[in-house]
Amino acid sequence: MKLSIERGTLLKALAQAQSVVERRNTIPILANVLIEAEGSTVSFRATDLDIEVVDKAPAMVERAGSTTVSAVMLHEIIRKLPDGALVTLSDDAATGRLVITAGRSTFNLATLPREDFPVMASSEYTTNFSAPAPVLRRLFDKAKFAISTEETRYYLNGVYMHVSNGEAGPVLRCVATDGHRLARIDAPLPANAQTMPGVIVPRKTVGELRKLLDDDEAIIAVSVSETKVRFATPLITLTSKVIDGTFPDYTRVIPMGNSRRLEVDATEFAKAVDRVATVSSERSRAVKLSLDEDRLILSVNAPDSGNAEEELAVAYSDERLEIGFNAKYLLEIASQVDRENAVFLFNSSGDPTLMREGNDTSAIYVVMPMRV
Amino acid sequence: MPALCRDCLTSFEQGPRCPACRSPRLVAHAELNSLTIAHMDCDAFYASVEKRDNPALRDQPVIVGGGTRGVVSTCCYIARIQGVRSAMPMFQALKLCPQAVVVKPRFPAYVEASRAIRAMMEALTPAIEPLSLDEAFLDLTGTVRLHGMPPATLLARLTREMETQLGLTGSVGLSHNKFLAKIASDLDKPRGFSVIGLTETERFLLPKSVRIIWGVGTATQAALEAAGIRTIADLKRWDRTDLIARFGSGGDRLWHLARGLDSRRVNRDEKLKSISKETTFNEDTADPDILDGHIWRLSEQVADRAKAKALSGRTVTLKLKKGDFQIVTRRHALPDPTQLTDRIYRAAADLFSAAPQGPFRLIGVGISDLAPEAAADLSRDLLDPDAPKRAAAERATDAIRARFGAQAIIKGRSLR
Repeated sequence: MKLSIERGTLLKALAQAQSVVERRNTIPILANVLIEAEGSTVSFRATDLDIEVVDKAPAMVERAGSTTVSAVMLHEIIRKLPDGALVTLSDDAATGRLVITAGRSTFNLATLPREDFPVMASSEYTTNFSAPAPVLRRLFDKAKFAISTEETRYYLNGVYMHVSNGEAGPVLRCVATDGHRLARIDAPLPANAQTMPGVIVPRKTVGELRKLLDDDEAIIAVSVSETKVRFATPLITLTSKVIDGTFPDYTRVIPMGNSRRLEVDATEFAKAVDRVATVSSERSRAVKLSLDEDRLILSVNAPDSGNAEEELAVAYSDERLEIGFNAKYLLEIASQVDRENAVFLFNSSGDPTLMREGNDTSAIYVVMPMRV
Repeated sequence: MPALCRDCLTSFEQGPRCPACRSPRLVAHAELNSLTIAHMDCDAFYASVEKRDNPALRDQPVIVGGGTRGVVSTCCYIARIQGVRSAMPMFQALKLCPQAVVVKPRFPAYVEASRAIRAMMEALTPAIEPLSLDEAFLDLTGTVRLHGMPPATLLARLTREMETQLGLTGSVGLSHNKFLAKIASDLDKPRGFSVIGLTETERFLLPKSVRIIWGVGTATQAALEAAGIRTIADLKRWDRTDLIARFGSGGDRLWHLARGLDSRRVNRDEKLKSISKETTFNEDTADPDILDGHIWRLSEQVADRAKAKALSGRTVTLKLKKGDFQIVTRRHALPDPTQLTDRIYRAAADLFSAAPQGPFRLIGVGISDLAPEAAADLSRDLLDPDAPKRAAAERATDAIRARFGAQAIIKGRSLR
């Protein structure tokens, strides 16, 4: 194998591959990236056995072939090379090393045979559709904060992507929850997606996927089976196993009849919550919301450290209500609001509260109160 | 030298027998009437309660412990003559003393006896630090004017009352700090009364093994031995800074204790770090139903104790000992602390389902990262909407038990 490639193109292609590679690896080959050169393309493949990413880049291929080298080391070398450099990768059959040359720099890296590199079994994808990057970006970005890290409920360690019925017809829906807050984000259902099986996309995959979605113009090809999900752009293909479990019936959790309505500027609200929470006990982070006629008082009373109070002018015309929340949860849901006011719908101080942006029901959040 | 008769509580100057009642059970020490920190340790407590409640056992070797596979929790002094010790595996104890009567522990009886002793101690001083059901530190500083007698006399009276009113004996250690008082109570067991005064502290400690220091177990002892430290005298030759450099903050503690210095106060509310319960099976088991029943019962015991102490825990721990004695522990951090059986059980059962396969010889459940009960169970789980109902049922069950007894209402699950 011998090929030449521009440093910037190579770095971009490697960035995604090396981030899939786990830092602590017990299986040596999994620390490596598989390089395959053919025609006028070089591809870089990396896997942690649950996720596989293949990055393609145009290159001048003199001699087709393949090998594997340490993903992290190769990425580091390329990162440290000067911008604009032309990099040559060639495998030296005699020494079994990969030779990297750029300008006056030469590196020889140990390789492992490509036959040892695990290739993820292909899957029969039952559903194939395409979606614009910004649509997927919104679906996952707004849901991912609610992903649970609790290992005992492993089926919550991802985003549940499925087809559902929204108010205006079928939708592509992403839901995540950790039992304390829940995010439910809808997008219009893309053509050919109706038959998609519901899948739980793991947290790490959501993070890797994000890197495919930065380009506003990109169209992402999505393929789904019962066990795998694949997201692809013309240059990058991300394949992931999905979490083998049943996502709980979240619809029971979303309160439909909450009638006490609070409307507040999300940014002002978040700042005030953040300020009063400064004195809360580090552990519980409880903030009390006291609502009365167009007035919201946020307060924290921590016997050991002190107390704080702040008043906000809001729109509220229902009965008086006192309700407590974990400040962190309030801040997280408030930060999802970016265009309009945040609308909170309460029932009682012990029931789940619903939050949405204005009257937009395509993104709703549920948060559980705590006793204060 | 001041002396005290432990039978009739007469104070006098030293002599071979009490001038009033001719008893030889005396305690004499130059500092007898000035020392104020005491450690009271009941003698073979569980076994003594059993003998008291069943006089037929009086002259028999008695071992209190669970089943043939369990360990000895307590054994009476007759059994000790044969070499039986507490924490010894039961089969070994029965090999040493085959005629021993093995009694299953009756904790309610021990708790009741402990409460009665505690009440007697409360009459002496409010500064009591119980270490377990059968031992406690007492700080009797400043009680002379209140009771009209020195601490030594009060303590002798306490053990006499324990014998006459409760039928239980105890040993007292009297000294100038907790470290030495605890050592002293062990010197003259059973029915003992030992004094370590300021003047002889050094002489007493120097030749002793470092094992006498509370907290020095096998591991620390080996580490000390590697540094050439076997006795307190060896330890004393080390500079404070060198000890700290070698053993960390524990080194500082060793430096102080080697000099008989211990500034810890007798603290009523010594902070608990964790609450845990465990059980050893008669036969190794891998049966998930049986183990689940144990997890429930242990969770309930842990929750009961947490409720009694007005505490809650944020971390739930499951401990499993395999047939080959390998110990597996798994822990789960809850989003907020709990004192409910239901939540402890669910977390422990989840940990169990992800744990390695049995068979197991021991299972234990515990909570740690403790918090006051006011901080417990404040938040709810969206995905578990029935949890508040179960919590309310548990509180109602607790109320029924408080009124009609522990067996008045139980979960079917606990019968497994």
